[in-house]
Amino acid sequence: MILAGHNLTIGYSDRVVGRGLDIALATGEVLALLGPNGGGKTTLLKTLLGLIAPKDGEIELGGRALTSYASRERARLIAYVPQSHAATFAFTVETVVLMGRTAHGNLFSRPTAADRAVATRAMERFGIMHLRERPYTMISGGERQLALLARALAQEPQFIVLDEPTASLDFGNQGRVMREIRALGASGHGVLFTTHDPNHAMRAADRAYLLRQGARLGEGAVGQILGRTQLEALYGTPVQLITDADGQRSAFIPG
Amino acid sequence: MSRSAVPSLLIAFLFLLAGLLLAFVVGRYPISLGDVLHVIGAKLAGRAADVPAAVESVIWQVRGPRVIAAALVGAALAVAGTAFQGLFRNPLVSPDILGASSGAALGAVLGIFFSLGVFAIQALAFVGGLIAVATVYAIGSAVRARDPVLVLVLTGVVIGALLGAGVGLVKYLADPYNQLPAMTFWLLGSLAAVGPSDLLPLFGPVTLGTLVLIALRWRMNVMSLPDEEARALGVPTGPLRIAIVAAATLVTSASVATAGIIGWIGLVVPHVARTLAGPDFARLIPAAALLGGGFLLLIDTLARTGAAIEIPLGILTALVGTPFFIWLLTSVAKTWS
Repeated sequence: MILAGHNLTIGYSDRVVGRGLDIALATGEVLALLGPNGGGKTTLLKTLLGLIAPKDGEIELGGRALTSYASRERARLIAYVPQSHAATFAFTVETVVLMGRTAHGNLFSRPTAADRAVATRAMERFGIMHLRERPYTMISGGERQLALLARALAQEPQFIVLDEPTASLDFGNQGRVMREIRALGASGHGVLFTTHDPNHAMRAADRAYLLRQGARLGEGAVGQILGRTQLEALYGTPVQLITDADGQRSAFIPG
Repeated sequence: MSRSAVPSLLIAFLFLLAGLLLAFVVGRYPISLGDVLHVIGAKLAGRAADVPAAVESVIWQVRGPRVIAAALVGAALAVAGTAFQGLFRNPLVSPDILGASSGAALGAVLGIFFSLGVFAIQALAFVGGLIAVATVYAIGSAVRARDPVLVLVLTGVVIGALLGAGVGLVKYLADPYNQLPAMTFWLLGSLAAVGPSDLLPLFGPVTLGTLVLIALRWRMNVMSLPDEEARALGVPTGPLRIAIVAAATLVTSASVATAGIIGWIGLVVPHVARTLAGPDFARLIPAAALLGGGFLLLIDTLARTGAAIEIPLGILTALVGTPFFIWLLTSVAKTWS
Protein backbone atom coordinates (compact mmCIF):
# COMPACT_ATOMS: atom_id res chain seq x y z
CA MET A 1 0.00 0.00 0.00
CA ILE A 2 1.19 3.50 -0.74
CA LEU A 3 0.54 6.83 0.97
CA ALA A 4 1.39 9.62 -1.44
CA GLY A 5 0.98 13.38 -1.78
CA HIS A 6 1.05 14.92 -5.24
CA ASN A 7 1.93 18.55 -5.90
CA LEU A 8 0.83 19.59 -2.41
CA THR A 9 0.46 23.15 -1.25
CA ILE A 10 0.35 22.98 2.52
CA GLY A 11 -0.46 25.51 5.21
CA TYR A 12 -3.14 27.01 7.42
CA SER A 13 -6.08 29.26 6.63
CA ASP A 14 -4.00 32.41 6.81
CA ARG A 15 -0.65 31.33 5.38
CA VAL A 16 1.04 28.94 2.99
CA VAL A 17 3.86 26.88 4.49
CA GLY A 18 5.01 24.87 1.47
CA ARG A 19 4.38 24.45 -2.26
CA GLY A 20 4.85 21.86 -4.98
CA LEU A 21 5.61 18.99 -2.63
CA ASP A 22 5.58 15.39 -3.88
CA ILE A 23 6.11 12.69 -1.32
CA ALA A 24 5.42 8.95 -1.28
CA LEU A 25 5.74 6.26 1.36
CA ALA A 26 5.28 2.52 0.85
CA THR A 27 4.55 -0.08 3.52
CA GLY A 28 7.71 -1.71 4.84
CA GLU A 29 9.72 1.46 4.29
CA VAL A 30 11.06 4.03 6.76
CA LEU A 31 11.21 7.63 5.56
CA ALA A 32 12.83 10.43 7.59
CA LEU A 33 11.76 14.03 7.13
CA LEU A 34 14.62 16.43 7.82
CA GLY A 35 14.83 20.19 7.81
CA PRO A 36 15.33 23.32 9.86
CA ASN A 37 12.74 24.67 12.30
CA GLY A 38 9.77 26.31 10.61
CA GLY A 39 10.50 24.57 7.32
CA GLY A 40 7.10 22.84 7.23
CA LYS A 41 7.91 19.34 8.52
CA THR A 42 5.07 19.15 11.02
CA THR A 43 2.60 20.79 8.62
CA LEU A 44 3.47 18.25 5.91
CA LEU A 45 3.09 15.43 8.44
CA LYS A 46 -0.34 16.60 9.58
CA THR A 47 -1.45 17.13 5.97
CA LEU A 48 -0.51 13.54 5.10
CA LEU A 49 -2.41 12.38 8.20
CA GLY A 50 -5.53 14.14 6.95
CA LEU A 51 -5.59 16.44 9.99
CA ILE A 52 -5.05 19.57 7.90
CA ALA A 53 -6.56 19.80 4.40
CA PRO A 54 -4.00 20.55 1.67
CA LYS A 55 -4.54 23.94 0.05
CA ASP A 56 -3.84 22.38 -3.30
CA GLY A 57 -2.87 18.96 -4.62
CA GLU A 58 -4.01 15.42 -3.86
CA ILE A 59 -3.25 12.84 -1.19
CA GLU A 60 -3.78 9.21 -2.10
CA LEU A 61 -3.96 6.27 0.27
CA GLY A 62 -4.07 2.82 -1.30
CA GLY A 63 -5.10 4.31 -4.66
CA ARG A 64 -8.04 6.29 -3.23
CA ALA A 65 -8.24 9.96 -2.32
CA LEU A 66 -7.55 10.39 1.41
CA THR A 67 -10.59 12.66 1.68
CA SER A 68 -12.85 9.77 0.63
CA TYR A 69 -12.02 7.89 3.86
CA ALA A 70 -14.21 8.22 6.94
CA SER A 71 -12.19 9.12 10.03
CA ARG A 72 -12.53 5.62 11.52
CA GLU A 73 -11.53 3.96 8.27
CA ARG A 74 -8.51 6.23 7.95
CA ALA A 75 -7.45 5.61 11.55
CA ARG A 76 -7.34 1.88 10.85
CA LEU A 77 -4.70 2.55 8.17
CA ILE A 78 -2.63 5.47 9.50
CA ALA A 79 -1.57 5.99 13.10
CA TYR A 80 -0.14 9.21 14.50
CA VAL A 81 2.44 9.43 17.26
CA PRO A 82 2.52 13.04 18.47
CA GLN A 83 5.39 14.53 20.41
CA SER A 84 5.08 13.07 23.88
CA HIS A 85 3.20 15.47 26.09
CA ALA A 86 1.87 15.71 29.58
CA ALA A 87 -1.75 14.61 29.77
CA THR A 88 -4.48 16.46 31.66
CA PHE A 89 -6.06 13.41 33.27
CA ALA A 90 -4.30 10.46 34.84
CA PHE A 91 -5.45 7.63 32.61
CA THR A 92 -3.53 4.41 33.14
CA VAL A 93 -0.94 3.46 30.53
CA GLU A 94 -3.19 0.56 29.53
CA THR A 95 -6.13 2.91 28.91
CA VAL A 96 -3.92 5.18 26.80
CA VAL A 97 -2.81 2.20 24.70
CA LEU A 98 -6.43 0.98 24.46
CA MET A 99 -7.40 4.34 22.96
CA GLY A 100 -5.58 3.06 19.86
CA ARG A 101 -8.43 0.55 19.50
CA THR A 102 -11.07 3.29 19.23
CA ALA A 103 -11.32 3.12 15.44
CA HIS A 104 -12.00 -0.62 15.62
CA GLY A 105 -15.20 -0.15 17.65
CA ASN A 106 -18.40 1.76 17.00
CA LEU A 107 -19.58 5.06 18.43
CA PHE A 108 -20.93 3.64 21.69
CA SER A 109 -18.63 0.67 22.26
CA ARG A 110 -15.93 0.17 24.84
CA PRO A 111 -12.77 -1.88 24.22
CA THR A 112 -13.48 -5.61 24.24
CA ALA A 113 -11.38 -8.50 25.54
CA ALA A 114 -9.96 -8.87 22.02
CA ASP A 115 -8.97 -5.19 22.06
CA ARG A 116 -7.26 -5.73 25.42
CA ALA A 117 -5.30 -8.62 23.95
CA VAL A 118 -4.09 -6.42 21.08
CA ALA A 119 -3.11 -3.66 23.53
CA THR A 120 -1.28 -6.18 25.71
CA ARG A 121 0.72 -7.44 22.74
CA ALA A 122 1.64 -3.86 21.83
CA MET A 123 2.77 -3.13 25.41
CA GLU A 124 4.77 -6.35 25.51
CA ARG A 125 6.52 -5.47 22.27
CA PHE A 126 7.73 -2.18 23.69
CA GLY A 127 8.52 -3.65 27.08
CA ILE A 128 6.10 -1.52 29.09
CA MET A 129 3.82 -4.20 30.56
CA HIS A 130 5.06 -3.33 34.05
CA LEU A 131 3.65 0.19 33.56
CA ARG A 132 0.14 -0.86 32.56
CA GLU A 133 -1.56 0.17 35.81
CA ARG A 134 0.56 3.30 36.30
CA PRO A 135 -0.98 6.72 35.57
CA TYR A 136 0.27 8.12 32.25
CA THR A 137 0.98 11.40 34.05
CA MET A 138 3.44 9.74 36.45
CA ILE A 139 5.81 8.02 34.00
CA SER A 140 8.95 9.46 32.38
CA GLY A 141 9.09 11.12 28.96
CA GLY A 142 10.78 8.07 27.44
CA GLU A 143 8.11 5.77 28.87
CA ARG A 144 5.38 8.07 27.56
CA GLN A 145 6.91 7.91 24.07
CA LEU A 146 6.89 4.10 24.25
CA ALA A 147 3.28 4.15 25.44
CA LEU A 148 2.33 6.34 22.45
CA LEU A 149 4.20 3.93 20.15
CA ALA A 150 2.27 1.03 21.68
CA ARG A 151 -0.97 2.96 21.15
CA ALA A 152 -0.09 3.45 17.47
CA LEU A 153 0.71 -0.25 17.12
CA ALA A 154 -2.58 -1.17 18.82
CA GLN A 155 -4.32 0.74 16.03
CA GLU A 156 -3.04 -2.06 13.72
CA PRO A 157 -2.29 0.44 10.96
CA GLN A 158 -0.39 0.11 7.70
CA PHE A 159 1.38 3.44 8.24
CA ILE A 160 2.78 5.08 11.37
CA VAL A 161 3.59 8.78 11.31
CA LEU A 162 5.74 10.19 14.12
CA ASP A 163 6.40 13.83 14.96
CA GLU A 164 9.91 14.20 16.39
CA PRO A 165 9.82 10.92 18.28
CA THR A 166 13.15 11.61 19.98
CA ALA A 167 12.51 15.21 21.05
CA SER A 168 12.95 15.63 24.80
CA LEU A 169 14.25 12.08 25.25
CA ASP A 170 17.55 11.29 26.95
CA PHE A 171 20.44 9.78 24.97
CA GLY A 172 19.62 6.17 25.81
CA ASN A 173 15.92 6.48 25.06
CA GLN A 174 16.69 8.15 21.71
CA GLY A 175 18.59 5.05 20.65
CA ARG A 176 15.81 2.83 21.97
CA VAL A 177 13.08 4.66 20.06
CA MET A 178 15.16 4.67 16.86
CA ARG A 179 15.61 0.89 17.11
CA GLU A 180 11.85 0.47 17.55
CA ILE A 181 11.20 2.62 14.48
CA ARG A 182 13.61 0.47 12.48
CA ALA A 183 11.76 -2.63 13.74
CA LEU A 184 8.36 -1.19 12.80
CA GLY A 185 9.59 -0.85 9.21
CA ALA A 186 10.94 -4.38 9.29
CA SER A 187 7.54 -5.70 10.46
CA GLY A 188 5.91 -4.26 7.34
CA HIS A 189 4.72 -0.82 8.47
CA GLY A 190 5.31 2.26 6.40
CA VAL A 191 6.97 4.68 8.82
CA LEU A 192 7.38 8.42 8.38
CA PHE A 193 9.12 10.46 11.08
CA THR A 194 10.53 13.93 11.48
CA THR A 195 13.82 14.48 13.23
CA HIS A 196 16.36 17.16 13.92
CA ASP A 197 19.22 14.69 13.93
CA PRO A 198 20.54 13.43 10.55
CA ASN A 199 22.29 10.62 12.44
CA HIS A 200 18.90 9.27 13.50
CA ALA A 201 17.80 9.32 9.86
CA MET A 202 21.08 7.56 8.90
CA ARG A 203 20.50 4.74 11.36
CA ALA A 204 16.74 4.24 11.33
CA ALA A 205 15.51 5.28 7.89
CA ASP A 206 15.72 3.83 4.38
CA ARG A 207 15.16 7.17 2.70
CA ALA A 208 15.34 10.81 3.69
CA TYR A 209 13.31 13.78 2.49
CA LEU A 210 14.94 17.19 2.91
CA LEU A 211 12.55 20.09 3.43
CA ARG A 212 13.71 23.71 3.64
CA GLN A 213 11.43 26.75 3.66
CA GLY A 214 8.51 24.73 2.38
CA ALA A 215 10.32 23.31 -0.63
CA ARG A 216 11.88 19.92 -1.29
CA LEU A 217 15.66 20.23 -1.35
CA GLY A 218 16.27 16.59 -2.13
CA GLU A 219 15.11 13.05 -1.53
CA GLY A 220 16.71 9.64 -1.76
CA ALA A 221 18.32 6.69 -0.01
CA VAL A 222 19.93 7.89 3.22
CA GLY A 223 23.40 6.71 2.10
CA GLN A 224 23.24 8.96 -0.97
CA ILE A 225 21.22 11.97 0.07
CA LEU A 226 22.73 12.54 3.50
CA GLY A 227 26.10 14.03 2.76
CA ARG A 228 28.00 16.98 4.11
CA THR A 229 27.13 19.31 1.21
CA GLN A 230 23.40 18.51 1.29
CA LEU A 231 23.17 18.99 5.06
CA GLU A 232 25.10 22.27 4.90
CA ALA A 233 22.65 23.50 2.26
CA LEU A 234 19.68 22.21 4.28
CA TYR A 235 20.58 23.82 7.59
CA GLY A 236 22.68 26.73 6.29
CA THR A 237 25.50 25.90 8.68
CA PRO A 238 28.86 24.09 8.42
CA VAL A 239 28.69 20.34 9.10
CA GLN A 240 31.52 17.93 9.88
CA LEU A 241 31.51 14.29 8.92
CA ILE A 242 33.31 11.88 11.23
CA THR A 243 34.07 8.39 9.97
CA ASP A 244 35.52 5.54 12.00
CA ALA A 245 38.81 3.82 11.15
CA ASP A 246 37.47 1.14 8.82
CA GLY A 247 35.14 3.63 7.09
CA GLN A 248 32.00 1.63 7.97
CA ARG A 249 30.21 4.07 10.26
CA SER A 250 29.95 7.82 10.11
CA ALA A 251 28.28 10.60 12.04
CA PHE A 252 27.52 14.25 11.41
CA ILE A 253 28.38 17.02 13.84
CA PRO A 254 26.93 20.50 13.37
CA GLY A 255 29.03 23.67 13.48
CA MET B 1 -15.28 -2.22 34.26
CA SER B 2 -12.39 -3.52 36.31
CA ARG B 3 -12.58 -4.96 39.79
CA SER B 4 -11.63 -1.72 41.50
CA ALA B 5 -14.67 -0.04 39.94
CA VAL B 6 -17.15 -1.84 42.17
CA PRO B 7 -16.06 -0.45 45.57
CA SER B 8 -15.75 3.12 44.30
CA LEU B 9 -19.26 3.11 42.84
CA LEU B 10 -20.53 1.35 45.96
CA ILE B 11 -19.03 4.06 48.17
CA ALA B 12 -20.61 6.75 45.98
CA PHE B 13 -23.97 4.96 46.13
CA LEU B 14 -23.84 4.63 49.92
CA PHE B 15 -23.07 8.35 50.14
CA LEU B 16 -26.17 9.14 48.09
CA LEU B 17 -28.25 6.74 50.18
CA ALA B 18 -27.05 8.36 53.41
CA GLY B 19 -27.89 11.79 51.97
CA LEU B 20 -31.39 10.60 50.97
CA LEU B 21 -32.23 9.10 54.36
CA LEU B 22 -30.85 12.09 56.26
CA ALA B 23 -32.82 14.50 54.08
CA PHE B 24 -36.08 12.60 54.67
CA VAL B 25 -35.61 12.35 58.42
CA VAL B 26 -34.31 15.81 59.34
CA GLY B 27 -36.47 18.90 59.12
CA ARG B 28 -38.88 21.22 60.90
CA TYR B 29 -41.20 18.24 61.16
CA PRO B 30 -38.82 15.40 62.16
CA ILE B 31 -39.81 11.95 60.97
CA SER B 32 -38.25 8.77 62.31
CA LEU B 33 -36.28 6.59 59.93
CA GLY B 34 -38.73 3.75 60.67
CA ASP B 35 -41.70 5.86 59.59
CA VAL B 36 -39.94 6.90 56.39
CA LEU B 37 -39.14 3.30 55.44
CA HIS B 38 -42.62 2.17 56.48
CA VAL B 39 -44.38 4.80 54.35
CA ILE B 40 -42.22 4.12 51.31
CA GLY B 41 -42.57 0.36 51.75
CA ALA B 42 -46.34 0.67 52.06
CA LYS B 43 -46.53 2.75 48.92
CA LEU B 44 -44.45 0.20 47.01
CA ALA B 45 -46.63 -2.63 48.29
CA GLY B 46 -49.75 -0.66 47.42
CA ARG B 47 -51.30 -0.63 50.92
CA ALA B 48 -52.21 2.19 53.28
CA ALA B 49 -49.48 3.28 55.67
CA ASP B 50 -50.17 3.03 59.38
CA VAL B 51 -48.92 6.54 60.28
CA PRO B 52 -50.55 9.95 60.91
CA ALA B 53 -51.72 11.66 57.73
CA ALA B 54 -49.37 14.58 58.39
CA VAL B 55 -46.36 12.28 58.19
CA GLU B 56 -47.49 10.90 54.84
CA SER B 57 -48.19 14.38 53.53
CA VAL B 58 -44.75 15.63 54.57
CA ILE B 59 -43.08 12.68 52.89
CA TRP B 60 -45.01 12.71 49.59
CA GLN B 61 -46.01 16.34 49.11
CA VAL B 62 -43.37 18.45 50.83
CA ARG B 63 -40.11 16.75 51.59
CA GLY B 64 -40.21 13.99 48.95
CA PRO B 65 -40.27 16.22 45.85
CA ARG B 66 -37.61 18.47 47.33
CA VAL B 67 -35.36 15.54 48.23
CA ILE B 68 -35.68 14.00 44.78
CA ALA B 69 -35.09 17.35 43.11
CA ALA B 70 -31.96 17.90 45.22
CA ALA B 71 -30.59 14.51 44.21
CA LEU B 72 -31.38 15.12 40.53
CA VAL B 73 -30.00 18.67 40.41
CA GLY B 74 -26.83 17.69 42.27
CA ALA B 75 -26.31 14.71 39.98
CA ALA B 76 -27.00 16.81 36.88
CA LEU B 77 -24.54 19.58 37.78
CA ALA B 78 -21.82 17.08 38.69
CA VAL B 79 -22.30 15.10 35.45
CA ALA B 80 -22.29 18.25 33.33
CA GLY B 81 -19.15 19.49 35.08
CA THR B 82 -17.46 16.14 34.51
CA ALA B 83 -18.32 16.23 30.80
CA PHE B 84 -17.15 19.82 30.31
CA GLN B 85 -13.90 19.27 32.25
CA GLY B 86 -13.09 16.33 29.99
CA LEU B 87 -14.12 18.08 26.80
CA PHE B 88 -12.13 21.22 27.57
CA ARG B 89 -9.22 19.25 29.04
CA ASN B 90 -9.27 21.60 31.96
CA PRO B 91 -10.05 20.63 35.54
CA LEU B 92 -11.03 24.20 36.43
CA VAL B 93 -14.04 24.22 34.14
CA SER B 94 -17.60 24.17 35.50
CA PRO B 95 -20.95 23.60 33.74
CA ASP B 96 -21.51 27.31 33.16
CA ILE B 97 -18.31 27.66 31.09
CA LEU B 98 -20.30 28.02 27.85
CA GLY B 99 -22.86 30.41 29.31
CA ALA B 100 -25.62 27.94 30.25
CA SER B 101 -26.09 29.44 33.72
CA SER B 102 -25.85 33.07 32.67
CA GLY B 103 -28.30 32.46 29.81
CA ALA B 104 -30.68 30.75 32.20
CA ALA B 105 -30.25 33.58 34.70
CA LEU B 106 -31.17 36.21 32.13
CA GLY B 107 -34.20 34.16 31.07
CA ALA B 108 -35.37 33.82 34.67
CA VAL B 109 -34.91 37.46 35.70
CA LEU B 110 -36.74 38.54 32.52
CA GLY B 111 -39.58 36.18 33.47
CA ILE B 112 -39.72 37.70 36.97
CA PHE B 113 -39.46 41.22 35.53
CA PHE B 114 -42.50 40.65 33.31
CA SER B 115 -44.35 39.05 36.26
CA LEU B 116 -44.80 35.72 34.49
CA GLY B 117 -45.93 32.53 36.23
CA VAL B 118 -43.54 30.05 37.84
CA PHE B 119 -43.73 27.63 34.94
CA ALA B 120 -43.04 30.36 32.36
CA ILE B 121 -40.05 31.57 34.40
CA GLN B 122 -38.61 28.06 34.47
CA ALA B 123 -39.24 27.60 30.75
CA LEU B 124 -37.52 30.92 30.00
CA ALA B 125 -34.54 29.91 32.14
CA PHE B 126 -34.30 26.57 30.35
CA VAL B 127 -34.54 28.11 26.88
CA GLY B 128 -32.18 30.94 27.88
CA GLY B 129 -29.48 28.44 28.80
CA LEU B 130 -29.86 26.55 25.53
CA ILE B 131 -29.83 29.73 23.43
CA ALA B 132 -26.76 31.08 25.20
CA VAL B 133 -24.74 27.91 24.58
CA ALA B 134 -25.95 27.63 20.97
CA THR B 135 -24.85 31.25 20.39
CA VAL B 136 -21.45 30.62 21.94
CA TYR B 137 -21.07 27.50 19.82
CA ALA B 138 -22.08 29.26 16.60
CA ILE B 139 -19.62 32.12 17.18
CA GLY B 140 -16.87 29.76 18.32
CA SER B 141 -17.26 27.60 15.21
CA ALA B 142 -17.35 30.59 12.88
CA VAL B 143 -13.88 31.58 14.08
CA ARG B 144 -11.51 29.30 12.19
CA ALA B 145 -8.73 28.76 14.68
CA ARG B 146 -6.15 26.09 15.29
CA ASP B 147 -7.45 25.38 18.77
CA PRO B 148 -11.26 25.22 18.49
CA VAL B 149 -11.61 24.34 22.17
CA LEU B 150 -9.81 27.44 23.41
CA VAL B 151 -11.90 29.66 21.12
CA LEU B 152 -15.09 28.09 22.52
CA VAL B 153 -14.03 28.74 26.11
CA LEU B 154 -13.07 32.34 25.40
CA THR B 155 -16.34 32.95 23.54
CA GLY B 156 -18.20 31.43 26.48
CA VAL B 157 -16.49 33.76 28.93
CA VAL B 158 -17.24 36.84 26.82
CA ILE B 159 -20.89 35.95 26.12
CA GLY B 160 -21.31 35.01 29.80
CA ALA B 161 -20.09 38.46 30.80
CA LEU B 162 -22.49 40.11 28.35
CA LEU B 163 -25.41 38.08 29.71
CA GLY B 164 -24.30 38.99 33.23
CA ALA B 165 -24.55 42.65 32.24
CA GLY B 166 -28.06 41.93 30.95
CA VAL B 167 -28.99 40.38 34.30
CA GLY B 168 -27.58 43.45 36.05
CA LEU B 169 -29.64 45.78 33.86
CA VAL B 170 -32.89 43.88 34.50
CA LYS B 171 -32.20 43.89 38.25
CA TYR B 172 -31.49 47.62 38.11
CA LEU B 173 -34.80 48.25 36.34
CA ALA B 174 -36.81 45.85 38.51
CA ASP B 175 -39.24 46.83 41.23
CA PRO B 176 -36.99 46.83 44.33
CA TYR B 177 -39.71 45.64 46.75
CA ASN B 178 -41.23 42.64 44.97
CA GLN B 179 -39.21 41.67 41.94
CA LEU B 180 -35.67 42.31 43.09
CA PRO B 181 -35.82 39.99 46.15
CA ALA B 182 -37.35 37.27 43.96
CA MET B 183 -34.54 37.68 41.43
CA THR B 184 -31.86 37.65 44.10
CA PHE B 185 -33.38 34.57 45.69
CA TRP B 186 -33.49 32.79 42.34
CA LEU B 187 -29.92 33.78 41.45
CA LEU B 188 -28.64 32.34 44.72
CA GLY B 189 -30.35 29.01 44.14
CA SER B 190 -33.09 27.32 46.15
CA LEU B 191 -35.19 24.19 46.17
CA ALA B 192 -37.74 25.58 48.64
CA ALA B 193 -40.47 26.02 46.04
CA VAL B 194 -40.17 22.58 44.43
CA GLY B 195 -43.40 20.58 44.26
CA PRO B 196 -44.41 17.23 42.74
CA SER B 197 -45.20 18.81 39.36
CA ASP B 198 -41.60 20.09 39.01
CA LEU B 199 -40.10 16.62 38.98
CA LEU B 200 -40.96 15.45 35.48
CA PRO B 201 -39.57 18.53 33.62
CA LEU B 202 -36.39 18.01 35.65
CA PHE B 203 -36.17 14.22 35.44
CA GLY B 204 -36.71 13.99 31.65
CA PRO B 205 -33.88 16.23 30.40
CA VAL B 206 -31.46 15.18 33.15
CA THR B 207 -31.93 11.48 32.40
CA LEU B 208 -31.76 11.96 28.64
CA GLY B 209 -28.57 14.03 28.77
CA THR B 210 -26.88 11.72 31.25
CA LEU B 211 -27.72 8.63 29.19
CA VAL B 212 -26.20 10.24 26.08
CA LEU B 213 -23.02 11.01 28.00
CA ILE B 214 -22.84 7.48 29.44
CA ALA B 215 -23.32 6.04 25.95
CA LEU B 216 -20.39 8.11 24.66
CA ARG B 217 -18.15 7.28 27.67
CA TRP B 218 -15.25 5.74 25.72
CA ARG B 219 -15.29 8.42 23.04
CA MET B 220 -15.20 11.00 25.85
CA ASN B 221 -11.97 9.44 27.12
CA VAL B 222 -10.43 9.93 23.69
CA MET B 223 -11.91 13.44 23.39
CA SER B 224 -9.88 14.49 26.43
CA LEU B 225 -6.77 14.22 24.23
CA PRO B 226 -5.73 17.17 22.04
CA ASP B 227 -8.12 17.59 19.10
CA GLU B 228 -5.74 16.42 16.36
CA GLU B 229 -4.73 13.35 18.33
CA ALA B 230 -8.34 12.35 18.90
CA ARG B 231 -9.07 12.78 15.18
CA ALA B 232 -6.04 10.67 14.25
CA LEU B 233 -7.49 7.93 16.49
CA GLY B 234 -10.60 7.94 14.31
CA VAL B 235 -12.92 10.10 16.42
CA PRO B 236 -14.95 12.72 14.50
CA THR B 237 -14.38 15.39 17.15
CA GLY B 238 -16.54 18.12 15.58
CA PRO B 239 -19.93 16.33 15.64
CA LEU B 240 -19.12 14.56 18.92
CA ARG B 241 -18.28 17.83 20.63
CA ILE B 242 -21.69 19.17 19.60
CA ALA B 243 -23.38 16.05 21.00
CA ILE B 244 -21.53 16.27 24.32
CA VAL B 245 -22.10 20.03 24.70
CA ALA B 246 -25.79 19.58 23.85
CA ALA B 247 -26.24 16.76 26.38
CA ALA B 248 -24.39 18.60 29.15
CA THR B 249 -26.26 21.84 28.41
CA LEU B 250 -29.63 20.07 28.47
CA VAL B 251 -28.79 18.67 31.90
CA THR B 252 -27.50 22.01 33.23
CA SER B 253 -30.38 24.08 31.87
CA ALA B 254 -33.01 21.76 33.34
CA SER B 255 -31.43 21.91 36.79
CA VAL B 256 -30.85 25.67 36.71
CA ALA B 257 -34.47 26.17 35.62
CA THR B 258 -35.64 24.21 38.66
CA ALA B 259 -33.21 25.33 41.35
CA GLY B 260 -31.65 28.59 40.18
CA ILE B 261 -27.91 29.14 40.11
CA ILE B 262 -25.99 26.73 42.33
CA GLY B 263 -22.28 27.05 41.80
CA TRP B 264 -19.38 24.88 42.91
CA ILE B 265 -21.01 21.46 42.61
CA GLY B 266 -20.09 21.15 38.94
CA LEU B 267 -16.53 22.21 39.72
CA VAL B 268 -15.77 20.33 42.94
CA VAL B 269 -17.70 17.06 42.70
CA PRO B 270 -16.00 15.89 39.46
CA HIS B 271 -12.65 16.15 41.26
CA VAL B 272 -13.87 14.04 44.16
CA ALA B 273 -15.35 11.55 41.72
CA ARG B 274 -12.06 11.38 39.80
CA THR B 275 -10.12 10.81 43.01
CA LEU B 276 -12.51 8.02 43.94
CA ALA B 277 -13.18 6.31 40.59
CA GLY B 278 -10.31 7.39 38.31
CA PRO B 279 -10.47 9.37 35.07
CA ASP B 280 -12.21 6.74 32.90
CA PHE B 281 -15.62 8.22 32.06
CA ALA B 282 -17.30 4.81 32.23
CA ARG B 283 -16.90 4.93 36.01
CA LEU B 284 -16.47 8.67 36.41
CA ILE B 285 -19.92 9.70 35.16
CA PRO B 286 -21.91 7.36 37.45
CA ALA B 287 -19.63 8.21 40.38
CA ALA B 288 -20.07 11.95 39.78
CA ALA B 289 -23.85 11.57 39.51
CA LEU B 290 -24.11 9.65 42.79
CA LEU B 291 -21.73 11.93 44.70
CA GLY B 292 -23.29 15.12 43.28
CA GLY B 293 -26.76 13.95 44.30
CA GLY B 294 -25.59 13.08 47.80
CA PHE B 295 -23.68 16.33 48.16
CA LEU B 296 -26.59 18.59 47.22
CA LEU B 297 -28.89 16.56 49.53
CA LEU B 298 -26.58 17.33 52.45
CA ILE B 299 -26.32 21.00 51.44
CA ASP B 300 -30.08 21.33 50.97
CA THR B 301 -30.79 19.66 54.30
CA LEU B 302 -28.45 22.18 55.91
CA ALA B 303 -30.14 24.98 53.95
CA ARG B 304 -33.60 24.24 55.37
CA THR B 305 -32.58 23.27 58.92
CA GLY B 306 -29.39 25.22 59.63
CA ALA B 307 -31.03 28.54 60.48
CA ALA B 308 -34.41 30.07 61.24
CA ILE B 309 -34.74 31.13 57.60
CA GLU B 310 -33.83 29.24 54.45
CA ILE B 311 -30.18 29.70 53.55
CA PRO B 312 -29.61 30.11 49.77
CA LEU B 313 -27.93 27.02 48.31
CA GLY B 314 -25.43 29.00 46.26
CA ILE B 315 -24.04 30.54 49.45
CA LEU B 316 -23.72 27.21 51.24
CA THR B 317 -22.04 25.47 48.30
CA ALA B 318 -19.56 28.36 48.10
CA LEU B 319 -18.87 28.17 51.85
CA VAL B 320 -18.27 24.43 51.67
CA GLY B 321 -16.77 24.39 48.17
CA THR B 322 -14.08 27.03 48.52
CA PRO B 323 -12.08 25.55 51.40
CA PHE B 324 -12.58 22.11 49.96
CA PHE B 325 -11.27 23.14 46.57
CA ILE B 326 -8.23 24.83 48.09
CA TRP B 327 -7.52 21.65 50.03
CA LEU B 328 -7.88 19.72 46.79
CA LEU B 329 -5.41 22.03 45.03
CA THR B 330 -2.79 21.58 47.71
CA SER B 331 -3.08 17.82 48.09
CA VAL B 332 -4.55 15.38 45.64
CA ALA B 333 -4.97 17.55 42.58
CA LYS B 334 -1.31 17.64 41.62
CA THR B 335 -1.87 15.06 38.91
CA TRP B 336 -5.61 15.70 38.49
CA SER B 337 -5.98 12.02 39.16
